[in-house]
Amino acid sequence: MTEFLKLTPEQEKARKRRNVWIALALFAFMVLVFLITVTQMKAGVLNRPL
Amino acid sequence: MTDISAFPAQAASASDYIALLKPRVMSLVVFTGIVGYLCAPGAGDIVLGFSAILALAVGAGASGALNMWYDSDIDARMARTASRPVPSGRVSREEALGLGVTLSVLSVLTMILAAGLFAAALLAFTIFFYAVVYTMWLKRSTPQNIVIGGLSGALPPAIAWAAKTGGLALDPVILVAIIFMWTPPHFWALALTQSRDYRNAGVPMLPVTDGAKSTRLHILAYSLILAPLACAPLATGLGGPLYAVVSIAGGIAFVALAVRVAFSKAGDLAEGGEVYAAKAENKSALHLFIFSIFYLTALFAALLIERIAGAVLG
Repeated sequence: MTEFLKLTPEQEKARKRRNVWIALALFAFMVLVFLITVTQMKAGVLNRPL
Repeated sequence: MTDISAFPAQAASASDYIALLKPRVMSLVVFTGIVGYLCAPGAGDIVLGFSAILALAVGAGASGALNMWYDSDIDARMARTASRPVPSGRVSREEALGLGVTLSVLSVLTMILAAGLFAAALLAFTIFFYAVVYTMWLKRSTPQNIVIGGLSGALPPAIAWAAKTGGLALDPVILVAIIFMWTPPHFWALALTQSRDYRNAGVPMLPVTDGAKSTRLHILAYSLILAPLACAPLATGLGGPLYAVVSIAGGIAFVALAVRVAFSKAGDLAEGGEVYAAKAENKSALHLFIFSIFYLTALFAALLIERIAGAVLG
């Protein structure tokens, strides 16, 4: 039988806040990986044989 | 099916999750990491350098969350740690574990991308050493817990150095050794004043297993090794005139405070003694504890200032 958990309004608010923070953190991580990749690629392009 | 225990009774705020990452420990890791990075040879890249230090900071935070997950039973029994997010019920153990594991993986992946496999392997080893070797094993089993476990807190300058150069050298090893030798007198000075708490929690800290007198002598012995060791960067050329002043004057003051602790009765009255008398006797240990933080910060700040001055003046 499936059991559903009833959260209090305060717990729901806290969960929403957590989700927003997780989304922001994931976005920041994505930007960081992009910047690192671009930097590494730039170094590779500059070092390539002409 | 949802596990009800995963939802804490009280709603956690963002500051509770930040507290899980032990921000004060993290700030020391970041600071020593930045110094290690700037002391390493080469120009470095600002994006890659920033990413490596960020990965280091997040890895340290992940270790803190894993520590709070595993040690929540001990934390609940100690006055100093009872208000932490997990023992106080604001964050569940499952959340702390989830956050710790997730951030561990992300920090090591980021380090691989930004600085390569060697620095990432060092970071992974540091997280493993703190979370598994120190937290799960040493802390509950031996009074040498903080001596051996201190290695994880000492490694950040070497990780940052490796992130910049791809390898290691004598200088980062010296920086690691300084923090490694600094850790025991720093923690034992605090433990002398908290031994009742540690005994109640079942943690075999040195004052609990060997007594206050033995701890005071251990503090003095480690201080006598630390003070000259902290001058070693002068021999390799890592430290300049400012570092010479700070390391020599700071070392003398450190040993002087350790001698004061050795001849005091700090920790003797921690159990069952008269509260005011115990507080008065513990003052010397507290002074050493506070000075030890200033001392380590000053040593690394001197290196940092010399690097910045060197870059500005050419």
